[in-house]
Amino acid sequence: MRKMEDLISINCVKLLIIALFYTCVSCSSVEQKIYVELNDTVPCVRLLNATHQIGCQSSMSGDTGVLHVLESEDDLDWILNTGPHPPYMIVMETAFFNRSVMLRMKNSSRVSGVAVIVSKTGLAENFSPHTTCPNQNTGVYSEDYGPELANCNVTAWNPLGNGLSYEDFSFPVFALKDENQTQVIRKCYEDHNLRVNGSAPQYPLCAMQLFSHMHAVTDTVTCMRRTDLQNRFSINPEVLCDPLSDFNVWSSTRPLNNSAKGHKTNESVVIAATRLDGRSFFWDEAPAAEGTVSGIVTLLAAVHALHPVTQQAPPLRNIFFTFFQGEAFDYIGSSKMVYDMERNEFVIDLDNVHSMLEIGQVGLRSGRDLWMHSDPISFKNNSVKDEVSLMMKNMQSVAAGLNISLDEPPVTQPLPPSSLQRFLRVRPIPGLVLADHRTSFINRYYESVYDDAENLNVSYPPNLSPDEQLVFETEEAKSLAEVATLVARSLYQQAGGEERNLNNITADPKIVAQLLYGFLIQKNNSWFRSLLPPEVTKKGANSILSSGPPQFYIGVGPRNIGPVHSVTRFVQYIMANLTGTVTNLTETQCQNPESKDLFSYFWVTGPSVNGSGEPLCVRASVRLAKAVSPAFERMEYGSRDYSTWTESRWKSIRARVFLVASRELEMLTLGVGVAVLLLSLLVTYFISSKAELLFSSSRETPTTTY
Amino acid sequence: MTLAVFFGCAFIAFGPAFALFVFTIVKDPLRIIILIAGAFFWLLSLLLSSLVWFIAVKASNGAQDPTLHRGLLIFGVFFSVLLQEVFRFAYYRLLRKANEGLAAISDEDGLDISVRQMAYVAGLGFGIMSGAFSMINILSDSLGPGTVGIFGDSQYYFITAALMTLALTLLHTFWGVVFFEGCEKSRWWVIAAVVALHLLVAGLSLLNPLYEGSLPPVYGIMLLMAVWAFFSSGGSLHNLSALCTRKTQPYTRYIMNE
Repeated sequence: MRKMEDLISINCVKLLIIALFYTCVSCSSVEQKIYVELNDTVPCVRLLNATHQIGCQSSMSGDTGVLHVLESEDDLDWILNTGPHPPYMIVMETAFFNRSVMLRMKNSSRVSGVAVIVSKTGLAENFSPHTTCPNQNTGVYSEDYGPELANCNVTAWNPLGNGLSYEDFSFPVFALKDENQTQVIRKCYEDHNLRVNGSAPQYPLCAMQLFSHMHAVTDTVTCMRRTDLQNRFSINPEVLCDPLSDFNVWSSTRPLNNSAKGHKTNESVVIAATRLDGRSFFWDEAPAAEGTVSGIVTLLAAVHALHPVTQQAPPLRNIFFTFFQGEAFDYIGSSKMVYDMERNEFVIDLDNVHSMLEIGQVGLRSGRDLWMHSDPISFKNNSVKDEVSLMMKNMQSVAAGLNISLDEPPVTQPLPPSSLQRFLRVRPIPGLVLADHRTSFINRYYESVYDDAENLNVSYPPNLSPDEQLVFETEEAKSLAEVATLVARSLYQQAGGEERNLNNITADPKIVAQLLYGFLIQKNNSWFRSLLPPEVTKKGANSILSSGPPQFYIGVGPRNIGPVHSVTRFVQYIMANLTGTVTNLTETQCQNPESKDLFSYFWVTGPSVNGSGEPLCVRASVRLAKAVSPAFERMEYGSRDYSTWTESRWKSIRARVFLVASRELEMLTLGVGVAVLLLSLLVTYFISSKAELLFSSSRETPTTTY
Repeated sequence: MTLAVFFGCAFIAFGPAFALFVFTIVKDPLRIIILIAGAFFWLLSLLLSSLVWFIAVKASNGAQDPTLHRGLLIFGVFFSVLLQEVFRFAYYRLLRKANEGLAAISDEDGLDISVRQMAYVAGLGFGIMSGAFSMINILSDSLGPGTVGIFGDSQYYFITAALMTLALTLLHTFWGVVFFEGCEKSRWWVIAAVVALHLLVAGLSLLNPLYEGSLPPVYGIMLLMAVWAFFSSGGSLHNLSALCTRKTQPYTRYIMNE
């Protein structure tokens, strides 16, 4: 008997082990009956600087609220005053996403979260969540330098700004970009939450829960202090926030020895700069078309136009192209470069800098003029004044030849927010900022999710394949090509090049069109694929070449798709493609070159002819320079001079929709449960105490059971 | 659906089982052993029936078709009920054979527990384990903020599940008593009746979400089984009346204790 039992148990165990190797048959759990998980959530996260926290926060276990769609003023009154089922989770139509409504939500205790529908229907004439005076405390104008020009006293650069991005919300705010998802939410709302004849809807009601709990609080100083404590005393240190950081991209027409830092003798440099980043109210969503892409595309096209001439007839001075990352957050990239230049830790120093030309927002020109902004306070220095006047005269003569109307704004107007201001803080350098706005920005959607291709009027005829769209020259492409030609010729002249070569410098509209397509519409196109490394091209969806336009928010490094931001990578490899030379090194030689002093080596996919192509090694003088605020290097987290922006960390960000039952039903269930428990305790006690009496004829002596 | 619903449903589903456990099982270690062994036997039957279900679903390629899925479910339920009763019988045989061993380890000479009491404890063991497996999964989901219903199911899902579990736990207890009695007296029609009633209750649960069609009949069957178990474990109407009249004649107590 025993052996058989052993055999049976062994067989049972074997069966069990076999069964465990199978995957789950059909996991239909109760949870799937209750919740509808929303994929692809776009949250608003918390950012901190030396003194404040901005952004949104949810509670640790998510914020739940009964859904209500905000479509009219009645809805607003219902949500804030009369609705009987607070707190509410608002689904906000585009038209209502403005400062007054959001501040009323912020001050109300009946709102547990907001989900904003991001679409073009109902979009207001203008929407900029940025402040009216961007980067006002970290520019050059202060009490000591041009106090009458500080704090946008003379010109409010972004007058349409409502400052929403810089408010602190204690409830989560998500963006609904996917139309299908919005439809799911609307359907649930229409099925359960609609008011019938003005009376309140009945339970069960549709509700939504948003999770976006942020770990950092108060400001950067507090957060870094707590992180330091964690790192020192905890076995599993938990970092609470990360500084915003990435890389600047720089290159020069004459290669510079990157291993020798500090002053370079007999090297005079003209800096051509623009910014690489943008931002919006939501995390990692920043199309930044007019704000950033116009500048990047113009400068890249100018680089391409200048390359042949600077090789054949090199100008007197070196031209130094640089793309600054993090300029939206108190000039992270430019302050870091200036800081390194001051301490002789950069490839050149400030004595090498002759002058600077910065490209601001140049995309909304379309027939209007271009303007050259300069700093009036620096004119007190006569040499600077003369140099700037010469720059402007040269540029105007170039512009006349190109049929562009180029002028200077009123003399007492300060510089717009630009990287040049960080250079001027340290040393008076002659510099100009090229922009399409005379006083305030023309961009009505500055630093918002709506600053996209449509804002720049970039559209393609229907029925074009992606490859045809890639090379289609829109009006905007032609306009930016003209600006790029102006920039290139001005730089050549500024660098002391000969006049007779100027007419050979022309920006190619086709390159501009390709750049616009790649940066505004679709980054996964054939041109970008050909100039990126093969491992990026092969990774597909989970790499920097995912579908859609790139996002320009700086983020924190390192990321899961690589240590460098996708846009920085693109600009780096595009520069390598436009200014580099192909070498015949093998892959291992390319990745371990003999000398990295003057050039960098890039192993790229190469042009694919008929679907196949050979990777090749490109040599270019393009470098990346770390762009993290000097405040973090000096550990001065409360610094007023440098950017102190950090981004909070979080565990999970998700959203789900479900039904909630009324409080009465819940209490009824609890009441019934307690009643059942007490009743059964009483009855059982009673029966068990009377058991001998009740089951008396069951009394048998033990022997009879055998 | 939050903490209130969690506790409410937990109390509904496990209240009587808890009360029975506290007042009748806890003080006697022998009963605890029989209870846990009974629970284990139910668990074994569930394991085997889940293996059969597993293989059946895999053999029919995942059962994407709803009618096939329903058919498989009915087959699975049918098979599981039969297996549970088989294991109940197996446990009965085991307990009978183990009488000697149990007598050896008990403190007094001979066995202090009768077959009827073992039947009750075994039935309760089956019931507790069955209730746990029905309800724990649902209880954990009831802690969240949402309730069932967004896909059209009834919002009373948690409460009805708890009530069903309550009924099943008590039903298993009563079936244990009746079943063992039938085996003792070799009345095979009793065993057949228990199996048939178990199948009926399982079949009624398939009527969900038509809760009016499943819960009242199940509670009716439970009352019926309660009465049957009372009579089959030695109770009688005479005892009941004695209970009522005893209250007016307290001195008869010492007569019963001889």
